[in-house]
Amino acid sequence: MSSRKEEVLERMVEFGRRIYEQLKNEEFPWVEMPARSTSNILYDPILRQYVLGDKKVRRTAKNIRHLKPLTQLIWVAYFAYELVSKWKTSTLRDVYYSIQAYEMTFKDQQESNDLIVDLETVLGFPREDFNIFPEERSAVYGDLTVEYTVPGYEGRRLNLTSHPDGVMIGPALTNAKFVKTTADKVIAIEKGGLFTRFIEERVHERFNAILIHTAGQAPRATRRFIRRLNEELGLPVYILTDGDPWGMHIAMVIISGSAEAAHIRGLTTPDAKWIGVWATDIVDYKLPSDPLTEIDIKRLHELERDPRYKDKLWQREIKTFLKIKKKSELEAFSRYGLTYIVDEYLPTKLKEVD
Amino acid sequence: MQEVFEEISPADFFYRNRDIAGFSNPARAVYSAIRELVENSLDACGLVGILPDIYVRLSLAEARSDERADVYTLRVEDNGSGVPPRHIPSAFGQVLYGSKYKLRQTRGTFGLGGTMALLYGQITTHEPVKVISSIGGEYAHEYTLMIDIQKNKPIVLNHKVIKNDGWRGTVIEFKLEGDYSKAMPKILEYFKQTALVNPYANLTFVDPRGRLYIFLRAANKMPSPPKETKPHPKGVDVEALRRIIRITNCKDMVSFMTKHFHRVGKITAEKFLKYAKVPIDKNPKELTPEEIVKLVRAMKDFDGFLPPDASCLSPLGEELLKTGVLKELKPEFVAVCQRKPSAYSGHPFIVEVAIAYGGDIPRKGEIVLYRFANKIPLLYDEASDVSWKVIKSINWRNYKVTPDMPIAIITHICSTKVPYKTVGKEFIADRPEIRRELLNGIREVARKLKMYLSKHEKIKREKLRLSIFSKYLPKIAEFSTKLAGEKEPPNVNKLLSKAIKLLSIEEVKES
Repeated sequence: MSSRKEEVLERMVEFGRRIYEQLKNEEFPWVEMPARSTSNILYDPILRQYVLGDKKVRRTAKNIRHLKPLTQLIWVAYFAYELVSKWKTSTLRDVYYSIQAYEMTFKDQQESNDLIVDLETVLGFPREDFNIFPEERSAVYGDLTVEYTVPGYEGRRLNLTSHPDGVMIGPALTNAKFVKTTADKVIAIEKGGLFTRFIEERVHERFNAILIHTAGQAPRATRRFIRRLNEELGLPVYILTDGDPWGMHIAMVIISGSAEAAHIRGLTTPDAKWIGVWATDIVDYKLPSDPLTEIDIKRLHELERDPRYKDKLWQREIKTFLKIKKKSELEAFSRYGLTYIVDEYLPTKLKEVD
Repeated sequence: MQEVFEEISPADFFYRNRDIAGFSNPARAVYSAIRELVENSLDACGLVGILPDIYVRLSLAEARSDERADVYTLRVEDNGSGVPPRHIPSAFGQVLYGSKYKLRQTRGTFGLGGTMALLYGQITTHEPVKVISSIGGEYAHEYTLMIDIQKNKPIVLNHKVIKNDGWRGTVIEFKLEGDYSKAMPKILEYFKQTALVNPYANLTFVDPRGRLYIFLRAANKMPSPPKETKPHPKGVDVEALRRIIRITNCKDMVSFMTKHFHRVGKITAEKFLKYAKVPIDKNPKELTPEEIVKLVRAMKDFDGFLPPDASCLSPLGEELLKTGVLKELKPEFVAVCQRKPSAYSGHPFIVEVAIAYGGDIPRKGEIVLYRFANKIPLLYDEASDVSWKVIKSINWRNYKVTPDMPIAIITHICSTKVPYKTVGKEFIADRPEIRRELLNGIREVARKLKMYLSKHEKIKREKLRLSIFSKYLPKIAEFSTKLAGEKEPPNVNKLLSKAIKLLSIEEVKES
């Protein structure tokens, strides 16, 4: 973990030195980075995620329109360097406000966020590595012992079953070392209610699982956490979402990443599996359902053409959705009793995908 | 019952109709009195080509606690031509007496404004007027006068001859009812605008509160004084023609035409008389009233007359106009334009226009208009004036002008006969000839303003761009130095001067 931190710091210093040298040589400072325009976002079937192509953009102080964003980029790099080297964290909102002290205010939060994406692109690390986090947080519960590395907690250990509501996946947990686990799988759940039900029903014990609440679209810290569980501990990952195009895509982003994060590696878990709710489940389990809206159908057609969805299972489910024109939420299983989903559905599905 | 007809004197007539001459209420009256006397003084200086030094003092003579207006003493001093001693009583004690009832560009239209002020003073206070005047030399004359309103004759109460050491000019002091606190804004505006259009004059005003307003001259040159001219045939009416016939000693029509009319030579006279079917050897005194009416009509219809010559006019000139605008309005930019002379209905006129931008010009949400005619400001009824109509008719966007900009337009029309629409001399009628000259003049200065604004914009843009470089390059140096772990940030001055060069290259490319 600390070697990764050193690597991040090293890249930042390198970036600063490059600009510094350009200035020393009386050259208008510039940086080059892969373009993030749609035409330069490509799907890499081997990596099974989106990556950026060869097209580069150049930001140069020679161009008056680049001056402010370039200065802001160098400032953000310096700001992030201070965070990482001093073991401090910050939110995207903090960044937006902090720059105001330097008389180069961002137009809005989006401009500030875009600049952080620029820095990710230049350095090749996600923002979580420079301790900048979004506001939303998800949670984890299960038999996993971690050891903290953040200042004040160094060496302190925690078992992730110690808190019945789960433990928030924040900066401290993201940077913690994994010590030991008895779990043999990870189950990620879209909905908070179901996550709590699973803990109550002792799913972690009955299925030997680490449970993760993604809170809708999983934040990148959570996606990296899931990948680490998969990569470092070798645990297979299963994902449960609502049975609609949006739920499908929550699972897909964990598996293959998003186009927006094409400039970053290490956020995806290509071997993770989506186990439900499938369109075919709506039929097989005769689940209570709602009709698909026009937007849902439009989204399904988009997904149908998306290279990440080219596998047989996905194509079959998309087609079924389009055929039955129905969607069901995870809670729909409550129709057969509150524990039906744990007692019947989950074991069946786990068996089915393996 | 038999109706009684009585002849009334001009003084009596104006007494009964004082409203139309600008003396309708105490506030308006005190403003009009100052204005008429200052204009007379300016004319008196202009005629003899002397840089005017005019001193005006208004002081409270009697504060009245009842409903009647307060009484003020008004004193006006000038260094003008002075009035020959024998004319003093009539010049100040008789309405319609004076040197102005001829064709010449003057500030007043008749010789009545000044006397009207004195008349008003006498009516409201029953106090005499004191006049001191000298045409230079060893003596000055001091008269104490009243006006016999019914007879239109001066009453001399006292006459003193004073020893004088070469001073020339006129001092008038009299009392009148007034309301200074109400009139104050207009009076101050009047002085400011008068100073603008007479930039070669020193104007001093001491108000009843003891405040001193001084408008110093900014030029030592005066426009050449207006010259007297004969009437142009196209500008003559029946009454005027009848008067000329009464005084003429010409025995035939050809010499009558050439002697009394502007730009009429022997050949033109003969051609015209043939056109009018009047025998060339007819004695003008023998023209019947019907023939006079026909002759006037023929004068209007005949198109063989040469246009009136404007050399008798006394415009301000571009240089003085510019000086006046700069002095009183203190703008950032001014453009002026004098149009070529033109004529309407036989009266020559010259239009002068200026446009002023920025500096002390207020942002009023629309263009501020200053109107002048024969070097006097017009302060009332702006919306009815032809200048305002012309400004409204222009699409200002074409000149990069938006309503929020601080812009003033100054129009000056000088003519032997300014076509005022009312007796109050406040706004100018919409004559197509005048409208055209105003429009072309305003367009011309507006084009100059547009050029200035474009250039100004470019400089502003360049400055802005340079300021961006000098804002951000040092910051880039600062943060990259900190990131690189270095101590001294690199010097960016060379890069800044490179940035300036880059800008000028881009400018060249653009043009």
